Amino acid sequence: MGIQALTAAELAKKVMNQEPLFILDVRNEDEFQDWKVEGKNVEIINKPYFELLDGIDEILDRIPSDKEVLIVCAKEGSSQFVADMLAEADGGDYLYLQGGMKTWSEHIESVKAADLTDGGELYQFVRIGKGCLSYAVLSNGEAAIVDPVRFTDAFASFLEEKQAVLKYAVDTHLHADHISGGRELAERFDASYLLPEADAGGVTFSYEPLEDGKTLTVGSTEIDIQALYSPGHTIGSTSLVVDNQYLLTGDILFVDSIGRPDLAGKAEDWVGDLRETLYSRYANLDRNLIVLPAHFSKKEELDDSGRVMAKLDDLYARNHGLNIEDKDTFRRTVTENLPPQPNSYATIRQTNMGQAAPTEEEKTEMEIGPNRCAVS
Amino acid sequence: MESNKVLNAEGLACPMPVVKAKKEIDNLNAGDILEIHATDKGAASDIPAWTKSSGHELVQQDEENDILKFWIKKA
Ligand SMILES: [Fe+2]
Repeated sequence: MGIQALTAAELAKKVMNQEPLFILDVRNEDEFQDWKVEGKNVEIINKPYFELLDGIDEILDRIPSDKEVLIVCAKEGSSQFVADMLAEADGGDYLYLQGGMKTWSEHIESVKAADLTDGGELYQFVRIGKGCLSYAVLSNGEAAIVDPVRFTDAFASFLEEKQAVLKYAVDTHLHADHISGGRELAERFDASYLLPEADAGGVTFSYEPLEDGKTLTVGSTEIDIQALYSPGHTIGSTSLVVDNQYLLTGDILFVDSIGRPDLAGKAEDWVGDLRETLYSRYANLDRNLIVLPAHFSKKEELDDSGRVMAKLDDLYARNHGLNIEDKDTFRRTVTENLPPQPNSYATIRQTNMGQAAPTEEEKTEMEIGPNRCAVS
Repeated sequence: MESNKVLNAEGLACPMPVVKAKKEIDNLNAGDILEIHATDKGAASDIPAWTKSSGHELVQQDEENDILKFWIKKA
């Protein structure tokens, strides 16, 4: 009886295992509308903590007695405050999210996505609160990490656990929704940092260009990472084909949607490239390739093991964005009615180009909220 | 701007700025102005949202040297 902290890792387990959970989110309505905890068996309601100062009877009636109840707020304080009031009122058990949505936004889970040739492995890192996906290709003690988020410690402990040496850190494009950990990771482990040249116009550091047709070899065995120029989300967007079986699409193609041109002013310029990539370049690839995107936006995109992946052929059958015959309709779909891009996208881009060096606290602020890389 | 009461909530984290503000405003008369100083970033959106939901009026909002300032007129 009483209140207890639930860590982001524990919450992630519950979400990924699809456990039933009732969440009372006590942030203000705008923050809740923008972004919240989602899961298949998560029931969530919003009631700002400041509307509970006069009494909690009304909210007590809405809290089920047959499920675990978690109180969530931005940083932790308010959720603890409300959980205390509730536990005192009805003597029940209440959980609050340790570190709040801030910590939830930063939490990463790693899941094995596949076995590769000759004992190689492919891992997916799910930043579940924000919908970012990173990847690691492992083979014979060497590793490549693709689209790493900024929490390089998570990758460092992964590499240590797998006893692998980082050879490449790769970004499929210049990210605008989150701060890349690519350059820092490469520096930390003395690896190469690869970025498409067309996206690297403003970068202030040295990097190795990720060019179409380039092959990166990880380990002494035959695991190749083949770069495939696939513009449209950004002008430089480049996909990777891993071990001839997996297609890392970056922010071009998702399981349930397609990428959007990532600079508001460039939508009209890039829509032709996006169409070409999705309707011709990808369409001509081996349809048995398994698509591994850099984002997901809906909880339904996670499979029963908490992974996000789908066969290319299946996506051509059911992903709406790949089935818009009329070019003009396609143009309107990807350029009109786009969800708004947060103001912080410009500063995130600058940070990823090395032009800005925000503090940790500023980085957290910049990244709060969902990703907006897909056409909704 | 003139105020009837100043609440210094600097250094306090969520939910305390709003909890204290509510206590203070309960002791004021209708039409009085409560001035709040806070440093918690969450206050920037929570104080206006609380003001709105409780029926008071946010007359002015400022930021000065990382200190958030609010002037609220009691309903
Ligand atoms: Fe992106």
